Amino acid sequence: MSELQIVDLHVNVNGKEILKGVNLTVRQGEVHALMGPNGTGKSTLAYTLMGHPNYEVTQGEVWFKGQNILELEADQRAHLGLFLAFQYPVAIPGVSVANFLRAAINARRKAENPEDKGIPIPEFRKQLKKVMDTLRMDHSFAGRYLNDGFSGGEKKRAEVLQMAMLKPEIAIMDETDSGLDIDALRIVAEGVNTLRGPDLGVLVITHYQRILNYIKPDIVHIMLDGRIVESGGPDLALHLEEHGYDWLKNKVEVIA
Amino acid sequence: MATPVIVTRKRRESEVELNRFPFTEKDLPGFEQADEVPAFLREYRFKGWNLFQTIPMPTTNDEAWRRTDLRGLRASELTLRAELPKRQVKPPRNLLKPLVGKKHGGQIILVPTYQTIHQVSDEWQKQGMIFTDFRTAQKEHAEWLSNTMGQIVRPEEGKFAALATAFAEDGVLVYIPRGVRLKEPLHSVIWSPGTRLARFTRLLIWVDDDAELTFVHEVASPDQQDGQSFHAGIVEIHVGKGSHLTFVEMQSWGRDVWNFTHERARVDRDGTLDWIFGSVGSQLTKTFMEIDLVGEGATGKMSGFYFTNGNQHLDHDTQQNHFAPHTTSDLLFKGALQDRSRSVWQGMIYVAPGAQKTDGYQANRNLTLSPHARADSIPGLEIMADDVRCTHGATVGKVDEEQLFYLLSRGISRKEAIRLIVEGFFEPIMERVPYGGVRQRFRTAIKQKIG
Repeated sequence: MSELQIVDLHVNVNGKEILKGVNLTVRQGEVHALMGPNGTGKSTLAYTLMGHPNYEVTQGEVWFKGQNILELEADQRAHLGLFLAFQYPVAIPGVSVANFLRAAINARRKAENPEDKGIPIPEFRKQLKKVMDTLRMDHSFAGRYLNDGFSGGEKKRAEVLQMAMLKPEIAIMDETDSGLDIDALRIVAEGVNTLRGPDLGVLVITHYQRILNYIKPDIVHIMLDGRIVESGGPDLALHLEEHGYDWLKNKVEVIA
Repeated sequence: MATPVIVTRKRRESEVELNRFPFTEKDLPGFEQADEVPAFLREYRFKGWNLFQTIPMPTTNDEAWRRTDLRGLRASELTLRAELPKRQVKPPRNLLKPLVGKKHGGQIILVPTYQTIHQVSDEWQKQGMIFTDFRTAQKEHAEWLSNTMGQIVRPEEGKFAALATAFAEDGVLVYIPRGVRLKEPLHSVIWSPGTRLARFTRLLIWVDDDAELTFVHEVASPDQQDGQSFHAGIVEIHVGKGSHLTFVEMQSWGRDVWNFTHERARVDRDGTLDWIFGSVGSQLTKTFMEIDLVGEGATGKMSGFYFTNGNQHLDHDTQQNHFAPHTTSDLLFKGALQDRSRSVWQGMIYVAPGAQKTDGYQANRNLTLSPHARADSIPGLEIMADDVRCTHGATVGKVDEEQLFYLLSRGISRKEAIRLIVEGFFEPIMERVPYGGVRQRFRTAIKQKIG
């Protein structure tokens, strides 16, 4: 059973400290929600975990499968089974969803076995169709250029499609709910729920409780000013919905 | 106070010597066996030769050559006949692959030692079509040749046009008679290995009225380690009234080749030209590509890609000439550059007086993959009519870091990610390429370039 263990993580962005000592452990099979108002460092955490070069780790460690992954490049982290569903998926004009996915799958296979010849095309197609059906995506989607001209909902569904195809062990979903109407949100959430199981750990980052009605978390964490200030069961999210973040403010002051 | 230093850019005598071609009149094809060459052609070669001697070597003081410096060309070391290792005589197998399924409309492969491989169906020859190499045409179609050759690209246009006029013996000629519409593409390959070899080619495509043709032309040679070699070429294209030509060109010269071409297509009333080219080879290239829209309603589309690495220098100089009203031109050139390579695209849309209702467009997009690569992009408009629509755009950009991170986050390596981004970047050009076989050729060239 692998786990992602974040220990006392401090991160600077443009010289300013954004994460001020984050501790968090996500195990395979668990769904964690990370909530907090805008600007508290949630997305910084997501990008840092995946290895974006603009995020400078000044202190702390992140352990996954026996390695401090902070020493690894983003592609190596992905090979270990880490996945980030982007808040703002990036368009790659001229590269079809199918070609991109095949390249990604083959990269991971090759990382596991340098002799690997890549996934046979018929097998790949079969898998892709199956997943697209689950996500209620038209098959023509596979031929479109990745995220190029996609609607907000299509982009998020494409992220879940990638997640389903790449079969990560730990997935971080960065504000997957933002910009989605209720129908799109439901489809995306259903997609995530079909992937749920003992092999997948998920960290759902959001500042609305809404998505948690569809993706039921096991554990909820609240982040304020670069730290996790409160953790609890699913009720914590409901409490937040009702009372906002004000009641936590003094906690920040105490820690600071 | 320091004394100001006056720097003068004077060419050293040694450079001038190095730059001088060692050929003489006696080297002209047919100089000694005059009876083997039709009189008009002999005369024409002499004309080219005389012009070549009077036209000075281009320098960076000439506007068209401002960004392409020829001082490094060791012309004095060039030869007209090169010794060839046997293994280089035959072209690589992938060049010979059919472009559409298993069938060609016809194929001509020009290889050294003047062998020519022809595969042309008899059926089309019966219809009056000509698809042959230049040497054969001199013997079998001399009259036709004398009526068509040299009308579109004249030897006066430049030093290398004159030189190619004088020396070109290798080449391909296509004539599609009025009313003939070929459904399958014609394909020609010029494979020209040779160390320090000066090679000259000529291509003439004549599509008469109400006719149709797709023609794919490739030039290639292996990389030679020793010395420089040279190519000068002329491409002439006529698209008759109401005719359609798709012309695909692939330049894969070896890295030792200094390549100079003058290419022009003339499109008559309601004719359409779809001109697609890929340019990946040569040490240095200067190509003049022009479309003359001479008849009302003519359309010319030009799509090209270039992809450079090492210290390659590719310069494409394009001209979209609207000489008649209601003409349309559309140009899209995309380039990617690696290492210390350099590209120049210089494009002009010219609208002649009276060419009203003209619609002209040009765009050049560059992707630099190395901080040491440089792309110059110089669009231009010269409009002498008042009721026209002409637009252009030119960009030079780097690989987007966010795109790269996105792909990396999916487990794709940096190298593979760049390959995907570059392929995606070129995809709008690939979409304009007819036939999967041709697209595959272009894609393979791109893949090999990334390594």
